[in-house]
Amino acid sequence: MPIRFRDPQIEMAHGAGGQASRRLIEGLFAPILFGASAEPLTDAAHVKFDGAQLAITTDSFVVKPIRFPGGSIGELAVNGTANDLAVSGARPEALVVTYIVEAGLRSEILEAEVRAMGTAAQKAGVRIVGGDTKVVEHGKADSMYITTAGIGRALKGVVIDPASVKPGDKILVSGPIGDHGITILLARGELDLEADLTSDTRSVFPLVEVLVRAAGPGVRWMRDPTRGGAATSLNELARDCGLGIVLQEEEIPVRDAVRGACELLGLDPLHIANEGQFLAVVAPEYADAAINALNLTLGGEDARVIGEVREQPTGAVLISTRYGGSRIIDMLVGDPLPRIC
Amino acid sequence: MRFVDEFRQPELIARAAEEIRRLADPTRHYRLMEVCGGHTHAIYRFGLKDVLPDNIELIHGPGCPVCVLPMGRIDDGMSVAQDPNVIFAAFGDMMRVPGTHGSPLEHKARGRDVRIVYSPADALKLARANPDKHVMFFAIGFETTAPSTALTVLRAKAEGVRNFSVFCNHVTIIPAIRAILDSPDMRLDAFIGPGHVSTVIGCRPYEWIAQNEHKPIVVCGFEPLDLLQSIVMLLRQLKAGEAKVENQYKRVVPWEGNRAALRAMGEVFQLRSFFEWRGLGFISQSALRMRDEFSEWDAEQRFSIPGIRVTDPKAAQCGEVLKGVLKPHQCKLFGRECTPEHPIGALMVSSEGSCAAYFNYEHRKQAMVNILSPTA
Repeated sequence: MPIRFRDPQIEMAHGAGGQASRRLIEGLFAPILFGASAEPLTDAAHVKFDGAQLAITTDSFVVKPIRFPGGSIGELAVNGTANDLAVSGARPEALVVTYIVEAGLRSEILEAEVRAMGTAAQKAGVRIVGGDTKVVEHGKADSMYITTAGIGRALKGVVIDPASVKPGDKILVSGPIGDHGITILLARGELDLEADLTSDTRSVFPLVEVLVRAAGPGVRWMRDPTRGGAATSLNELARDCGLGIVLQEEEIPVRDAVRGACELLGLDPLHIANEGQFLAVVAPEYADAAINALNLTLGGEDARVIGEVREQPTGAVLISTRYGGSRIIDMLVGDPLPRIC
Repeated sequence: MRFVDEFRQPELIARAAEEIRRLADPTRHYRLMEVCGGHTHAIYRFGLKDVLPDNIELIHGPGCPVCVLPMGRIDDGMSVAQDPNVIFAAFGDMMRVPGTHGSPLEHKARGRDVRIVYSPADALKLARANPDKHVMFFAIGFETTAPSTALTVLRAKAEGVRNFSVFCNHVTIIPAIRAILDSPDMRLDAFIGPGHVSTVIGCRPYEWIAQNEHKPIVVCGFEPLDLLQSIVMLLRQLKAGEAKVENQYKRVVPWEGNRAALRAMGEVFQLRSFFEWRGLGFISQSALRMRDEFSEWDAEQRFSIPGIRVTDPKAAQCGEVLKGVLKPHQCKLFGRECTPEHPIGALMVSSEGSCAAYFNYEHRKQAMVNILSPTA
């Protein structure tokens, strides 16, 4: 059923990656800009061009603070763009970048971010091939915003399509979830909490490549669970494929620092943003090969199967707890807000 | 993780569940009320209903601070925030609670200065950092959060911070329990007593429930094992025909409460003669206001507050759900007009509200019996 966008004004929640974001995209952008195209909305679009299958994506980065333990906005911009391409089943090749800079920003801060982008691009094996700069009035852009567009070449031997997902398929995660979102929440300094935690920002392409090599024909779907967290990505998958996702709570890798912060703040790690992990759906006969290959790769040691696809609950995600209880886990509503007691 | 994992051990949980099954008389139906919204949340989050026998019914109580706040209070608070020189600070719980003209977050989207704080002390910090603005802390909560508000007001006074005030909505738990027990349509067997509130007030204030009302009450922690153990303790009392106050949450709750916290509350607050509770109506001596010597930090005295009274939308049955008369899904609006994204009542907003907990964790699960058995 087509969603219509009727919200009277734009709220922060429309950008938080959860239900409101989906409503905005499916109810306003998609019908006007993409017409009746029934293509599922993914992180990167694949287009055929002169016989070559290309992947194209765009992303914007408005993180505050711009530097945080484990990374910064520049690094995030490169890795985030590369990851959108990677999880669409493509090798990130090149990107262009726009800096929107607040007047009054100290030049060395800008330089540090430009350098961070350069280093991250080198590490991720992508070229930065062009860009644009805009300066806005002081007080307008939280130091700086970065927008990118990236292009990649489709990997051979893998087709990412939620419609190909079948009951019995396994859900994989590449590593511990929630590091980035909790790091940022703490780095804002509003909560007076400290933890030994860094953002997980990295290019996931090396791991995606390993996965595709080990289990290519069995890989049906991938997504990097950024804003809205793993719960939102998996709910989108459940809706797109019309099947149910059942997760085993004890199998989901979460660092103690993230768990502790979430327990304290009343948040669910599954709703917390990641910048260096991906989820994948793999046919059951390929699951062992996939996990073995990932575990043997640097940065993939904690990859594991966290659940499977079932006929039921249709269009929803269910978590089974260690002691026989279960709960539905929905998309994020609004921004994750800490609760009091 | 310490203090968490020990209380979620599958073997112990299985043993507690077995003990519950052994104690529960199969010919009897048990109605146990968990007073505190934190318990409601935990029950759904951990899927505890799945491990309890069918004849143990958990009734969700009124212990969710944002849920019991009438909409008029939010409108009153937001009316102060219309002043561009005012920073409206509140806990995250408050941010999505609808007022007549939208939630604090919607006011923020329209340009009002609305900030989330994690403690009242952070609101005071905001005031120090913004000397040219006035910071109003919109205080909510039972005795759990009232002491930290009191201490913050005392500190503001001691430091002479004058651009800071508190809009006090603090309420007390005992009158709410009394109102539930006085309600003719409630037939409860026992209470799962609030954990965090009791860290402040201790266990003595519940003695009348056992002595006069002859209902067992067990003060309970928030982990799955805490809840199951408390249910075991309640069933043992019911089986023996006893009615006592017991403390399951001894690792946190002292029997006598927290004297320093109570002293700070007594110094700053006094009881209001009446306060309106959503769903429960006006309850006498059930809420706190600031004493006159702190009027300079009392937003209700500093600003002209319209004193708005708004009746809840007619079709919404928040009151019945708050009292435990209706289950969340039995409300006419549940999951249709009223969802976590477009809440009509606060019970659908707060993670401790029974409607939100039910919607997030339980709703839809109902239709999926047996899905946890492995697929062929």
